[in-house]
Amino acid sequence: MSAAAPVPTTIRLQERDFDVAAEIAALTRGRSDIGAVVTFSGICRGGEGSEAIAALTLEHYPGMAEAEIRRHVDEAIARWPLTGVTVIHRYGRLVPGENIVLVVTASAHRQAAFQGAEFLMDYLKANAPFWKREERRAGAATWVEAHRRDDEALTRWKDA
Amino acid sequence: MKILYFAWVRERVGKAEEEVEPPASVKTVADLMQWLVGRGEEYARAFEKPVVRAAIDHTHVKPDAAIAGAREIAFFPPMTGG
Repeated sequence: MSAAAPVPTTIRLQERDFDVAAEIAALTRGRSDIGAVVTFSGICRGGEGSEAIAALTLEHYPGMAEAEIRRHVDEAIARWPLTGVTVIHRYGRLVPGENIVLVVTASAHRQAAFQGAEFLMDYLKANAPFWKREERRAGAATWVEAHRRDDEALTRWKDA
Repeated sequence: MKILYFAWVRERVGKAEEEVEPPASVKTVADLMQWLVGRGEEYARAFEKPVVRAAIDHTHVKPDAAIAGAREIAFFPPMTGG
């Protein structure tokens, strides 16, 4: 990794959908230093346990959401030899099957790309200021509770 | 200073944001929560669960963080994005 050249990063919060293939192409076009690209897509599930979900509404904190994602992208770039990072997080009302979040990491070799993507998702889930409200098919709408497992997922990066 | 509320904290308070001028004795985020709770039932409901998180000027902070100089303080439930 060159210390001088900044790593190309794209961070977007948007209501509209994203195209995974187009985002990979945008990150890798004209580059010959990338040997590995890892993508993670988070998708709206149609149910949680036995509860059928009609839609999710994602609320976010504009300004802080971008800043928090930026801090974690910078940390990932400091920890692994990444050569490109894209993070897109949607907000608004999403129905089952729709994309919620995309993380793309590029590197010369796969390990950094895999680890960087996993680190970013673990941190985004626990720290990026987004809140999901579930509309059940049965009618009621409730805020999704944070999972202890999402906080636990962070601990492995702390002593790594 | 400007206070923002999100998700169920926003719903319970009944507003997304407001300008407040707490007295000088309110020095930390925990002090501010306690002061807000004293303003009415809706705030008491919003802060009754000990899980509400805070951010000062777009950075996560702990309850003992000083609020002096803060432009914007936000209160919200644990995050559920991703």
